[in-house]
Amino acid sequence: MLTLYARRRLINAMGLGISALAMLFGLFWLGWILWTLLANGLPHLTTAVFTQMTPPPNSTGGLLNAIAGSLMMTFLAALIGTPIGILAGTYLAEFGQRGWLAPTTRFINDVLLSAPSIVIGLFIYEMYVLKIGHFSGWAGALALSILVIPIVIRTTENMLRLVPNTLREAAAALGAPQWKVINMVTLRAARAGIITGVLLAVARISGETAPLLFTSLNNQFWSNDLNRPMANLPVVIFQFAMSPYEDWQNLAWAGALLITISVLTLNVLARVLFRQKSTTY
Amino acid sequence: MSVEKTVTPKLVVRDLNFYYGAERALKDINLTIQEKMVTAFIGPSGCGKSTMLRTFNRMYQLYPKQKATGEVLLDGENILDNKQDLNTLRAKIGMVFQKPTPFPMSIYDNIAFGAKLYENLSRHDMDERVEWALRKAALWTEVKDKLKQSGTGLSGGQQQRLCIARAIAVKPQILLLDEPTSALDPISTAHIEKLIDELKADFTIIIVTHNMQQAARVSDYTAYMYLGDLIEFGETSTVFTNPKRKETEDYITGRFG
Repeated sequence: MLTLYARRRLINAMGLGISALAMLFGLFWLGWILWTLLANGLPHLTTAVFTQMTPPPNSTGGLLNAIAGSLMMTFLAALIGTPIGILAGTYLAEFGQRGWLAPTTRFINDVLLSAPSIVIGLFIYEMYVLKIGHFSGWAGALALSILVIPIVIRTTENMLRLVPNTLREAAAALGAPQWKVINMVTLRAARAGIITGVLLAVARISGETAPLLFTSLNNQFWSNDLNRPMANLPVVIFQFAMSPYEDWQNLAWAGALLITISVLTLNVLARVLFRQKSTTY
Repeated sequence: MSVEKTVTPKLVVRDLNFYYGAERALKDINLTIQEKMVTAFIGPSGCGKSTMLRTFNRMYQLYPKQKATGEVLLDGENILDNKQDLNTLRAKIGMVFQKPTPFPMSIYDNIAFGAKLYENLSRHDMDERVEWALRKAALWTEVKDKLKQSGTGLSGGQQQRLCIARAIAVKPQILLLDEPTSALDPISTAHIEKLIDELKADFTIIIVTHNMQQAARVSDYTAYMYLGDLIEFGETSTVFTNPKRKETEDYITGRFG
């Protein structure tokens, strides 16, 4: 007959064991993916990748135009999406206590947050690409910005809600109007969290393929004209990996490794930043 | 405690009722708070003493479901009137909260934040104002060499004095203190009680406290509240030594409950 204490210890050990197994199961696949990526990508990550354009089949080249295109469109998407996201998130957290507008916005935002990215690509295709008659870098940036907005709205609202109400009251008690309380006190207190949200949003869009397929498409050559189709890493990887040419496949591995490294770096950066600053509150 | 001063009414409360939604938290309160005196509100948790304080600067208006009826006259003007501008009211009636609430900015900017809102001070005048407020709050000697450092890095007792300095930097007429020492150690508490005694030369002070000894030590008038009713209100010496009501006596002698 087990004593109560011994039984609790047993249950605790079992619980711990099952959680550890679940963690190992997850880590196993992650480790495998990373290992395959490194094994296949690292040998092909040469300087040519960063200095030459995407080549025709069976010849040497690099990914410079795709890297530049991805950077440009990601940057633009963040530039469009961040202010909208922060403003809307601030509205939801600071003014969203009364009325019907805030709950409705929050609901729509949740839907948008989980919308398949291909749907967003199709939406921009319908609304923009068809209207102007050709694929373009702008269309790609727009599609990506629609992915950025809901993420930034959500994190901004959550981070502002973490700011204790006593801080808002303290600022209001000095006679500060609400916009000043928000600008000078609450947004400042939540700054690290909000920047983290923006970084995570950028990490999220830098690997997106589906919304770019219908919008920026691809470009074999160097182009910094946002009104023309634009090369980008995800679509190049998609195209090259599916091809029968070994040079292309190798470049696809190198590109996949590049994206993974940058997403990983962004995530680590976001975590470090959040941990450092969030200790004050 | 009763220092002989001329007594002038500063804040007159008439038939004040307060509601959290449908729940009535203050019931027909009538009392008068005297200028440049310390008035303490005591009573068990949930008696309405903090609620009372939050009607005096209309802090409750941050929350949609809270409402007050009746009159609170500040120098004869009803501050519960809808025409009353909230921000100028709060500049006149400062508040310090139970938990220290330094803003995420430097010590200097913490103090300057409120002062900047209603006065256009030159750099030099602002420096003077910050020093004045910090000296009044007995914090100057401890922080004068680190004014540019973050206010959140101070100890709890220092943070609370920073909040007091921030409140008086606006030069309010009334200072509301909501259990200002309940999160502090005895030494910081003694600091702040001494401070209250000095500040009443310039400000009308209203303090909510759970600590009856504190009320007896720092206040000129004491109000005892219970379940939203004002049970007894009078000079502190009378309330503590010769209470008129049996409920008050039970509470202050610890026989309550």
